[in-house]
This record gives sequence, C-alpha cells and structure tokens, in this order.
Amino acid sequence: MTTSTPTSTGTVDQPILSVTGLSASYGFGRRAPLVLDDVSLTLGKGRTMGVVGESGSGKSTLAKVIIGTLGASAGTVEVGGVDVGRAKSAQRQALRRSVQMIPQDPYASLDPRMTIGRTLREALAPKGGRESTYRDRIVELLELVSLDASAVNRYPHEFSGGMRQRVAIARAIAVQPTLLIADEVTSALDASIQFEVLGLLDRLQKELGFGCVFITHNLGVAARMCDDITVMRYGKVVEQGPISLLAAPADPYTRLLVGSVPDPDGRFLTDPSAYDSVIAG
Amino acid sequence: MSTDSVASPATSSPSTGPSRASRDAARQWVSYLLRRLGGLVGIVIALLVITFLLVQFVPGDPARNIVGVTATQEQVELVRERLGLNNPFPVQALDYVVALLQGDLGNSFVTQQPIVDMIGQRLPITAAVAFGGLLVVLLVGFPLGIAIAFAERRGGAKVGSGIYNVVAGLAGAIPEYITGTILVIVFALSLGWLPAQGGVGFNGFILPAIAVGLAPAAAISRVVRGETRAILGQEYIATARSKRISTGRLLVGHVLPNVATSALTIGGIILVALLGGTVIVEYVFNIPGLGTQIVESILSSDYPAIQGIILTLGLLAALVNLAIDILLGILDPRVLQKGRMGS
Amino acid sequence: MTAGTLTPPAAAPLRAGKRYPVSLVIGLVGLGFILLLAIVAPMIWGSAAEAGSGDLRTGPSAEHWFGTDSQGRDVLIRTLVATRLTLIMGVIATGIAVVLGGLIGALLVVSGNRVRWFGARAIDLWLALPPIIVALAVTAIFRPNEVTVVIAIGIAFSPQFARLTNNLASSVGAKDFVVTAHLLGVPGPTVLFRHVIPNIASPVLVLTSVCLSTSIITMSGLSFIGLGVQPPAIDWGQLLASGLRDIYQNPSGAIAPSLAIVLTGLSASLIGDGFVALSEPRRIQPRARKVVRAAAPAVPVEINAASTLAAATAAGRAPALDVRDLRVQVGQSGEGAQLVRGISLTVGAGEIVGLVGESGSGKSITAMTAAQLLPPELAWDAASLDVASHALSSSSVPPTALALDLGIVFQDPSSCFNPARKLGAQLTESIRVHKKVPKQEAERLAIQKLREARVTEPELRMRQYPHELSGGMRQRAMIAMALITTPKLLIADEPTTALDVTVQADVLRLIKQINRDHDMAVLLISHDIDVIAAMCDRVYVMYRGEIIEHLTAAQLRDREVTQPYTEKLLAASASTALEGAVYRANANGGSPA
Repeated sequence: MTTSTPTSTGTVDQPILSVTGLSASYGFGRRAPLVLDDVSLTLGKGRTMGVVGESGSGKSTLAKVIIGTLGASAGTVEVGGVDVGRAKSAQRQALRRSVQMIPQDPYASLDPRMTIGRTLREALAPKGGRESTYRDRIVELLELVSLDASAVNRYPHEFSGGMRQRVAIARAIAVQPTLLIADEVTSALDASIQFEVLGLLDRLQKELGFGCVFITHNLGVAARMCDDITVMRYGKVVEQGPISLLAAPADPYTRLLVGSVPDPDGRFLTDPSAYDSVIAG
Repeated sequence: MSTDSVASPATSSPSTGPSRASRDAARQWVSYLLRRLGGLVGIVIALLVITFLLVQFVPGDPARNIVGVTATQEQVELVRERLGLNNPFPVQALDYVVALLQGDLGNSFVTQQPIVDMIGQRLPITAAVAFGGLLVVLLVGFPLGIAIAFAERRGGAKVGSGIYNVVAGLAGAIPEYITGTILVIVFALSLGWLPAQGGVGFNGFILPAIAVGLAPAAAISRVVRGETRAILGQEYIATARSKRISTGRLLVGHVLPNVATSALTIGGIILVALLGGTVIVEYVFNIPGLGTQIVESILSSDYPAIQGIILTLGLLAALVNLAIDILLGILDPRVLQKGRMGS
Repeated sequence: MTAGTLTPPAAAPLRAGKRYPVSLVIGLVGLGFILLLAIVAPMIWGSAAEAGSGDLRTGPSAEHWFGTDSQGRDVLIRTLVATRLTLIMGVIATGIAVVLGGLIGALLVVSGNRVRWFGARAIDLWLALPPIIVALAVTAIFRPNEVTVVIAIGIAFSPQFARLTNNLASSVGAKDFVVTAHLLGVPGPTVLFRHVIPNIASPVLVLTSVCLSTSIITMSGLSFIGLGVQPPAIDWGQLLASGLRDIYQNPSGAIAPSLAIVLTGLSASLIGDGFVALSEPRRIQPRARKVVRAAAPAVPVEINAASTLAAATAAGRAPALDVRDLRVQVGQSGEGAQLVRGISLTVGAGEIVGLVGESGSGKSITAMTAAQLLPPELAWDAASLDVASHALSSSSVPPTALALDLGIVFQDPSSCFNPARKLGAQLTESIRVHKKVPKQEAERLAIQKLREARVTEPELRMRQYPHELSGGMRQRAMIAMALITTPKLLIADEPTTALDVTVQADVLRLIKQINRDHDMAVLLISHDIDVIAAMCDRVYVMYRGEIIEHLTAAQLRDREVTQPYTEKLLAASASTALEGAVYRANANGGSPA
C-alpha cells in the first residue's frame, strides 16, 4: 500500500477534508462486518479526490459517513479542521451546509412534488422564506448550470436525467459549499450526456473553488476529473496518490482494474492470468 | 451493479460439488423452518395472552355478567370460585396454561359440557366450509387470472378483459354474507336446487363454500392476473422463449412456479380472511360450526367457550400461514434466505 | 436530448393537464350520494322508518318498493335512514385504524434498530390473525353494541396502517432528496411535513379508502350476526339480519340493505383504485418522454463507405444475420410510434459486429426482432430478415431451427434465469426439447459447456438455483446456456453492463474466445463505445431508430468518424481518458496536470 499524501499545489493551506482511520458497518452488534476499514484521506482546497472501486468496495459508504447519514465506528472526519463528530450542534449545522452532495440517481434526488424553483429556494432558505425574494438568485443558479429560467415553475418529471442532474448540481452549489461529494453522478446517464455534466462540474469547480470527493466505478471518468485518487476494495484503501499513479500502479489489484478497461487494441483481452491471480487468489 | 465474486471472496471455497449443495440446502431448510416455527410459537403465545386477558379485561365482575343481575350474591361467589377469579393473578395465569397443556379448555357455563368436545364436534364442519371456499379459490381464481393474462398478452380480448374487470371488481366487493343471502334466495328459495340449511350432507356445503370463496376467488384472480402479466414481461421468460419451447411448457415450467410464489404470498392474507368469512357465513346457512357457536357464546357470556374458539380459530390461521410458508419454501428457494416478502 | 434545451411551455405542470381516472370520479360521486343520504334521510324519513303499517312481511309493491318487515315497516325507508349510523361507524372505525396504526408506525420509524425489528415482527404476528377474530375478541370483552364494534374494527385494522407507515416512511426517509434536505439544514419537522408526508400520502389514502370499504362491510357483518348495533338503533347489517329472518315471506327485504352495503363498499374501493391510478408514474412518464423526443435534433441518415466491407469479410459464406430495411413500430395499424426506422445490417459468418447507441435508440429492439422475441404490442416488417440463413420475412421458420442456430445472452444476469428452477434444468431444456437428448447426456454436455464458459465447480452449479451464484458466474452460465446448441449466431444484448469492470473484462474475453474457437458470429449490443471498439470487427452506430454510421474497427480506432453523435460517444471513452491521464503524468514527470 503506497500512501503518498497528496500535496495541494504549492500552498500550505489546511486541508478542507481530512478523514483519519475511518471504520463503519451496517447493522447492529459486534459481529456486523466492517464496510469501511481504517480509511484515511486528505483533500486540499479546490482539488478533486477520486474514490474508485467495484461494487462492495465501500466507496458509497464512505460518502455516507462523510455527510453524516451513517455513523462511524472508529476514526474522525474533519471538515475545515473541525472534527464533525465533536462539533457543537450549532457548529455542526454550519458544517453540514458547507458539505453538499450530488446523489447518483437523478430520479430520486429531487422531490417529485416540488417545482425546481421551490427545490432551489429550499436550498437558499431552508427555514422558509418568500420565493420572490430569492427569484434572482434562483435564475442565476439555473444559468450557472445552463438551464433556462423557465425551469423555475416546472416539476422534475418534465426533465431528462441529465437536466435533473444539473438541477441537483445547482442545489448543491446554492449554499456555496467548500466541499462537494459527487456519488456516481453520471453513471445513470447516457454517454453523450455524461460528458456534458462532467464538463459542467469541472467548470463550476474552477469558478467556485470547492473541493470535491468524486466517487465512481468508472476509471475513465476518474482519470478525467480528478487530481488525486484513492482505490478501494472490500472497505480498505488499496492504493492512494496523485492520479498519475494509474500510469504505473504499484498494487496488483489497481493494475487489474486499469488493465480491465477495454482498449481499442484489445490489450485487456490478452491476460486472463492476472484476473485469476487477483480475484480468485 | 450486481455483486460478483469480487464482492464475496468466499464463493469459490474448494469442496466436493453436489453433496455440498444438498448439505447447504438442508441447513437452509432447517433454519427456515425454525424461524417459521418461532413465528408460530409467537402467535400461540399471543393467543394465550389474548384469551387469558379476555376474562381479566371484562369491565365489572365477569361472574356477575355470567349469572345475570337477578342472581344472588352466593351464586356469584360460586361462579367466581369456579372461574378461579379469587386466586391471585399469576396463579390464574399458571392454572390457565397448565390446564391448556393438558388439553383442558374447561366446561361451558351454558351446557356444562367440556369445551374440547364442543370444538371437536364443530371444528370439522367449519373446516369443511373453509376448505370448500379454498377449493373455489383454487379452481376458479387461479386459472381465471392466468387465462386472462395470457389472452391480454396475445393482444386480443379487449372486450373480454373489460367485462372481466367489472365482474371481478364487483364480485370482489360483495361480502360473503351477502353472497350467501343471494345464493339462498336464488338457488334455495326460487329454484329449490339446494338446501337453505347448510352443513348437512354434501349438498349442504355447496352454497356455503361458494359464498365463502367467491369474493376471495375474484380478489385472487386479479392478483394472479397482475402477477402473470408481470412475469410474462420478465427477462427469464424472454430467455425461455428464446429456447422456442411450446406455450404449454412455458406455462408449466416457467410461468406457474413463479405465479404460485407471488400469488401465494398475497393469497396467504386472503386465505386468512377467508377463515374470518366462514364465521359469518355459518350464520347465513345456520351451520352448526364454530362461527355460530362463538356468536351464541358471546351473547351468553360463556367465557370458556369464547376462549376456546378464539384459540382454535387463531391457531388454524397460524397453521394456514405455516403451510403457505412451507409451500413457498418448496416453490421458491430464495425465500429460504430472505424470508417471505411483504406479508 | 441536448441538455440546455427546455421543454416547450405546452407541457404544463402536472396539475393543469391532469385527467382524473374514471374509477375515482364514479367512486367519489357514489360516496358523495351516500353522504348526502346519511345527512338528509333521517331528517326526512326518521319517523316514517319506525311507523308500521298493517301489512306485515309483504313483498314489493308500489307503496313499499322492497316490501315491509315483521312489524310492517317499509324496508327501503329503514335502509335509507340506517345510512347515517352505518357511515358514521365506518368513518370512526377507519379513523381509529388510521390514527392508531399511523402512530405505532411513526413510533417505530423514530425508534432504534432493535425496537424497530421487534415492532415489525409483532405487527406481522398481529396481521396473521383474521381481523374478524380480533374484533370478536374485543366484542366478547365488552357488551356488544355500536361503540364496541367500532373500537373492535378500528383495533383490528390498525396493524395494516402501522406496517404501511413504517415501510413507507423508512423508504422515503432514505431517499436522496430527504438526505440532501437534511444537508441543506432544513429543520427536521419541516423535512417531515414538506418531503416525507406528501410523498407517503397517496398510498395511505389508498389504504384508507380500502379500509373504509372493508370496515363498513365487516361491521355490517358483525351487526348481521347480532354482535354489533343493537335495536332499536338500526344499521344495514342488522336490517339484513331481520330481512334474512323473514326471507321466506319477503326475500326482497334482504335485498335493500345488501345493495346499500355493496354499493358503499364498491364506491370506497373504487376511490382506492382511482388513487392508485392517479399516483402511478405511468401517468406522468409518457408526456415527459414525448417531449424529450420532440426536443432532439433531426439526424441525417448517412451510411459511409464501410458498408461495402460487409460482403468482403463474409466472402463465400452466407451471413449469420442479414437485415434489410427493418422497421419496428408500436401496434399493428402502422399509426404507432416508429422505434426502428428502416435499418439494414449484416453480421458475416464468424464476425463480431457491434451495435452501439444509448437507451431508446432501438438497438435492443433490433436484436429482439432478429431473435423473434418482440413483445406482442410491437410489429415489424422488413425487405428481408435472414437469421442463420432462415428467411424470417418470407417463410415460417420452424421453432427448432431458430432454437438451435441462435443463442442469446441478455443484459441482467440476475433476472434472465428463472428463479424458481435449478440451473441444470434450465441449461439442458433446449437440447432436451429440440434434440431429444436424454437427460444424463444433456447434463454431461451442460457441465462441459459450463466448464468452457469458465464457471467454477460446474457439477455443483447444475444443482444450484440462480440466486446462489454471483453475478459474474450467472452471466457465464447464461453464455454456457446459449452455447449448448452450438448456434451459428450469438446475440449478446449488453452482456456486461451489470457487471463490475474486472468481471466485464473476463466475460468479454470469454466471448472473444468462443467466437474464435467455434467460428461463431456475434452481434454485440452495448452503450459502451470502449467495449464495442475493443471487441468488434465492424460497428453500426444507432441513434433514434436509425443507423447513422457504419465503421470498421480500424476507422473507429483512428477516429475517422463523420457523425457528431459518434464523436460525442468517443469523447466519453474511458480508455482515451486513461491514456490522457497517463500521458499527462508522463509529460509532467509524475505530477498531475
């Protein structure tokens, strides 16, 4: 396991996210198996950390623990230098708003009974407020994600998956988060739409400067979006480092993952022994 | 993403092929049956508590309720003594359970006969009516639902399925006791084909069975139609069709086992309701079963009889559920792992 | 489907264009009428209901439509007057069930894991008892009267609501939009009232109307057997009982209350059906899909030079699949939407040909047409459709020929095997039916094919059920099943989409190997341009029911494409992105760009 802590380009900024020794399990009792096992990662300001792995690797569980919907059984999550687990409730409320997430399924991420306008207004004024007050900001947000202002009065079912995902992104950036968790944001989308949504995220990150934990099973997407990468398997970190590690992975599992991506020359077809030795062995 | 060998490293542990499969299956069955039996024990305990507390909860003095307002204080005391109401609460509970374990449900206040004998006489009659209703459900509800689904799948039968919708909807909405009343008016009074008095001879069970079974049959047929329709759209049916097998083989080999599984799950609820319907239908046909008895017993505050009948009916419902669970386990081994869904 | 384009204003929000289901309208009208009766009938006929005439137990007449009872009172008028009590009792009992059950369900939702687990088991037990028995127990404790029966029914039906609210609230509570609302700092109670309750309301409404129907029916049943409403108060069940007592003199006396009970029960359950129809997503989806189609730009049909290659590769041998001008549409009439618009494609003997496109492009429908497995609501026609030299468009091909010459692998290995049968029976079915191979020999052959498809422990698998295999093993078993007849053509419809990337690589490797070893032609369908580019000799790109481009493997690798859509697909290529990252890494000497 190579753990070269990613250095945020040149600066000595405090990391916006620092996960240390995190473990978690579903269910109750001691015998519940660990879904996350001693996971650590650090994310600098404005950078993107890719978390890749196959099903059962624990990557989505990691997202749940970071946003606080699942408790950790060990370890800490620090956002902007503050331990979320020990924060006072008022402080935690503020911390929560600084961490936003874009869920995987564009059909479940928006309340089907609320217009896009109401959804965005809720983000801007969670405790209530007149929609007209926030009208300009809502339109501005829609423009940021390349949606027409007329979307305000529409319901989610009137939009395609890609457009819904844009709304989910608009909602997440509405509160100007320092950290964005993107959980398989494009895996439910068609290939041609996928590219546009990724481009949008990339552009917004450059404009707004938030840090991003980018969870995906698709190595190509990770290679395109991320500065650093964490490879996970069975809840553990297998390999971690700058994205360039994909060029020459040290860990055999990472090598297998990279080698499994279909390439036009058919190189991935040639070596079944690697599969057998890593998967079965 | 589906889980794969990657997610479960234990899948390819070396062992001796087929014998392991049967050993695993046996182990799953044992744990499944134990879980189901646990459920049965739970229901029996719940029934014991309900029937025991039934007498405790009676407002005022149960003894006074039994003998009536005109009785003397001595008579009331006598009844209290016989019911054991003067004993402390835990002693009463213990006495109740011990007596039950010995097969003693007490004697009726009204006839002074042992409750066990009364139930022994009447249970077969009630069971026969319920079983007749079950036959109607199985012989009418299931085939009708499957036939309609196949006809609809073929694209035709627009009118037919429209008529079916209305008729099945109507039949499902008519309660058993009204179906019974209508059957009596038509087949007993007007046509004179069958007796209005039920429970005597074979003919005496025909109308009650139809009355009990008709609404559940309509309900089941709608469930079966929906399930069949869903199953016909499944990918494994496309797989089976890709083998170009005959429609009959498709039906028997691929559709029926799966329809039975899902229909049984929902059917379990309907069958338990069918048992409840029997209680009321007995009254329509004046059948000497447990249903007519419990009404009489409630009206005359015959608590031992009420306790006995509720215990019996509840146990019967629990056994029906257990039978369905076992059948489900045979038909669809997936439930051995997951348990029954949605019931 | 360009992302920035919005739907035209014609597609108004759900509320404006909503049409209410017929059943809901009929049910509401029926129940409204009954409600009106409940209010006015006792005021108008209250005294008439008790006034007896001299005619006892007479049949129907102009004066008494449903005859008279044992005291000469008009049955119809008594039935109408009894509406009020019956309905009030039904509503209160339903109310008790909703409130009691809802409270229990809500309590379970907010309590801890263990309490919740035991609570759910307790509700299951409760539900295993017939409601009427629970109701009988309650009436046995208290004296039978209208109050007791209402409480009894309320208690008997409450576990259904407890379970429904528990299940719904926990499933909605785990929905992404609730999670994000919490993240945004929306206060807990606001989340509950704004997001959770509106989204569980409609199933609860459905159950409520069903419960109203059932409780009126059951309470009438209890009154009918003498355990409900006691005289002189009257409800329908009691009137039915007295009608039944006089049935030999006046059969119609039982009919009036029966009709009343059935019509009320029917109205309430129709309302339930209506709510179900109203909340079905299908009512919402078609419009959205139509809009998306309308917003998509038209794409010119253009096949480039590669099509001439088809003949060359298959030189001298009949193609495994030859499709000319295939059209598939909804319905037989020709007015339905066209899903495939006149496409032509060829798979030469021994070739691997790719069909790439995204969801809704018609690629799977094309495959299903070739396999003759279209659902009955779709109709096809073609200038010619030859599968393994069987001309499907001009002659009727015996099922055996198709079964033996064509193998199919579907997308989702978790749903393409029959869950209720062991793998052995499913694997051997086609050769046992069509080749009459004896059971033992068929099983031996199946085991051999499983081994060939790299399924571990093939003997064990034969006696296992599909759910006992992992996803990758299941897909390999599916391939073995398709291979058992050694077909000339294998149609693989998204065979690796549901698999993890390492397993995908292994399954693709397997398909490639089978293609080589058996000289078996493969039509590979996928949305993933990487998979297609890596596997195929030639590629057809499909978009909105048309083939817009036809390329050789070399052309695709060198990106010699003409269609912007194909370029978009290539832009999403994972292998390119990986290479890019590797290139950037090398160029920057180890640190990322």
